[in-house]
Amino acid sequence: MLRVENLGVWFGGREVHIHAVKEVSFQVTTGSSFGLIGESGSGKSTILRAIVGLIRNLSGEIEIDGSQLCVARSKDFYKAVQMVFQDPYGSLHPRQTVDRVLAETLHLHEFTDSEKRIQKLLDDVGLGQEFRFRYPHQLSGGQRQRVSIARALAPEPRLLLLDEPTSALDVSVQAEILNLLSDLRESRGLTYLLVSHDIPVVAHMCDVVGFMKHGKLVETVSTAELRRGNMLHDYSRDLLLASGYEYKSQPGPLSEFNQQ
Amino acid sequence: MATVYELLDWLQSDQPSSRTQARVSAAYKLCILLGKNRLAMFGILIIACLVLISCFAPVIAPMDPYSQNLQARLSPPLTEGHLLGTDSLGRDILSRLIYGSRITLLVVALVIAIAPVFGLLIGTVAGYVGGWVDSFLMGLTDIFLAFPRLVLALAFVAAVGAGIENAVLAISLTAWPPYARIARAETLTIRSSEFIAAIKLQGARPLRIVVLHVWPLCISSLIVRVTLDMAGIILTAAGLGFLGLGAQPPSPEWGAMISEGRRFILDSWWVATFPGLAIFFVSLGFNLLGDGLRDVIDPKAHKS
Repeated sequence: MLRVENLGVWFGGREVHIHAVKEVSFQVTTGSSFGLIGESGSGKSTILRAIVGLIRNLSGEIEIDGSQLCVARSKDFYKAVQMVFQDPYGSLHPRQTVDRVLAETLHLHEFTDSEKRIQKLLDDVGLGQEFRFRYPHQLSGGQRQRVSIARALAPEPRLLLLDEPTSALDVSVQAEILNLLSDLRESRGLTYLLVSHDIPVVAHMCDVVGFMKHGKLVETVSTAELRRGNMLHDYSRDLLLASGYEYKSQPGPLSEFNQQ
Repeated sequence: MATVYELLDWLQSDQPSSRTQARVSAAYKLCILLGKNRLAMFGILIIACLVLISCFAPVIAPMDPYSQNLQARLSPPLTEGHLLGTDSLGRDILSRLIYGSRITLLVVALVIAIAPVFGLLIGTVAGYVGGWVDSFLMGLTDIFLAFPRLVLALAFVAAVGAGIENAVLAISLTAWPPYARIARAETLTIRSSEFIAAIKLQGARPLRIVVLHVWPLCISSLIVRVTLDMAGIILTAAGLGFLGLGAQPPSPEWGAMISEGRRFILDSWWVATFPGLAIFFVSLGFNLLGDGLRDVIDPKAHKS
C-alpha cells in the first residue's frame, strides 16, 4: 500500500540545515496498521506531513500502490490518503459548522449525494444528527476529534494517517476514539499509519511498530515481539521500560497490554 | 406569547437543526452580547440617528439648505425660524447639517466599500502566498504607509481635482495599508494552523482557501479596526472639505461648513461650532461601536 524509501526531510535555509528525518524506509501493507513511536521531536509527525505533501523539503521516494508520488499531490492521492490531526481544537475551522466542514469536503471530492453522505458519516463516527449544525466551540474535544475523523473518512480513503489522534484527549475519551478507529478499520478495510509517543496506544492499534530516534527509524518489530520485549535496539527497550512502568499502575483501555 | 418563547428557544438552541438556524442563532448570540454593552448601544444609537436623519432629510429639514437670505445672515441660534442660526449667506444651519449627514454617510459607505476590501485582498494574498509576492506587496504597503495620511490625500486630490468622489478615493488610498498589514498578520497565524492543512488535504486550491477559510477569520478584526478608523476617516473628509479640496460649495459638507465659519468664529461662533459638534458626535458614535464590536467579535479578546 505505502512504501517509503530513504526519506529525508530538512528544515531551514541554505546555510542552516536541520535534518528532521534521515534515511527512513518502511512499508505498510494493505489492510495492516503500522505504528511509529518515539519521543517528542524524533520526526514522527514530520514523516506523515511529508507523505501528504504538507512539507516539500524532502528527498527519497514515497510510493502509494506502487506508483511514485511527484511533488504536487493529485486529487486521486487525496482520495486515497487522508490524515487525522493531533489537536482536535486546532484542526476544525472555528467559524464553520460540522455540516459546512463535511459538505465542503464532499464538494471538493465531487460527490453529489452529500446530504445522505453527511448523515451516514456522522452516524459512522458515533455523532448523532443533532451535532450536524454545531460550531466547534459547541463540541467537546472527543466530539471534535470524531468530526475530524468523519472529515478524513469523507473521501473514502484507503490509507488513513493518524497523527497522535488521542494525545490531546483525556483517558476515557481516548479509549472511545481508539475503539472507534479500530471499528472503522475493520468495517471499511482501512490501512492505518499511526504516530504516537504512547506505546500502549500503538500496541493496542498496530500490527507492526517502528521506533524513531533523532529522525532515524532505529528498529521495526511486530506487536507480538514488542509484547514479549524482543527488541534488538537499546533505545526501543528503554522506551518500552519507561512507558511500561508508567502505565502499569493505570487502568484503562490498554489493560490488554499491561497484562503481558 | 407562546410563539415568542418558541422563537427564543429556536434562537438559543444548542442543537440547531438546519443551516439557517445555526447561522441565525450565532448572529443572535452576538447581538445579545453587543446589547449588554451600554456604550456600544449608545454608539449604535448615534449611527442609527445619522442614518435616519439622512434618509428623511427632506422631511426633517425646516428649510432648503441652499436657499439664501442675505437679510438674515449670521442670525444667532434660536432666532425665529432658524433653530441653530444662519451662516454668512443666510442659509439655515440646521437644514445644512441635516443634508450634510448624507454626504458624511456617502463618504463613510464608499470608504468602507473600497479600503478594507482592498487591504484584505492585498494582505491575505501576501500572507498566504509568501515569498517574493509577500515582499513586493508589503513593500508597496510600506510606501503608502510612509506618507502622512493627509498629505497623500491632498496630493491625490490636487492631482485629479477637487470633489467629493475624489476625496473618497484619496481617503481610501491612504486608509488601506493598515488593513493590509492586519490582514497579513492574521493570515500568517492562520495559514500554519491545522484546519488549513486539513482543507489542503482535501485538494482545495489556494484561492478557495484564502477566500473561504482565511477571509472569514480576518474579517472580524478588520470590522473592528474599520469602525474605530471611521472617526478618523470622517475627520479626514472634513479636513479635506475644510481645505477646500473635498465637497465643493455650496454643498453642505460639514468640514466645508466649518471652514466657512472660520472667518466669523469670534463674533458668530455658531457657524463653525454646530458642524464641529456634528462631526464630534458621529465620530464618537463610530468609536463607541468599534470598541463594543472589539469586545464581542475580536477573536483575540475571548478565545473559545
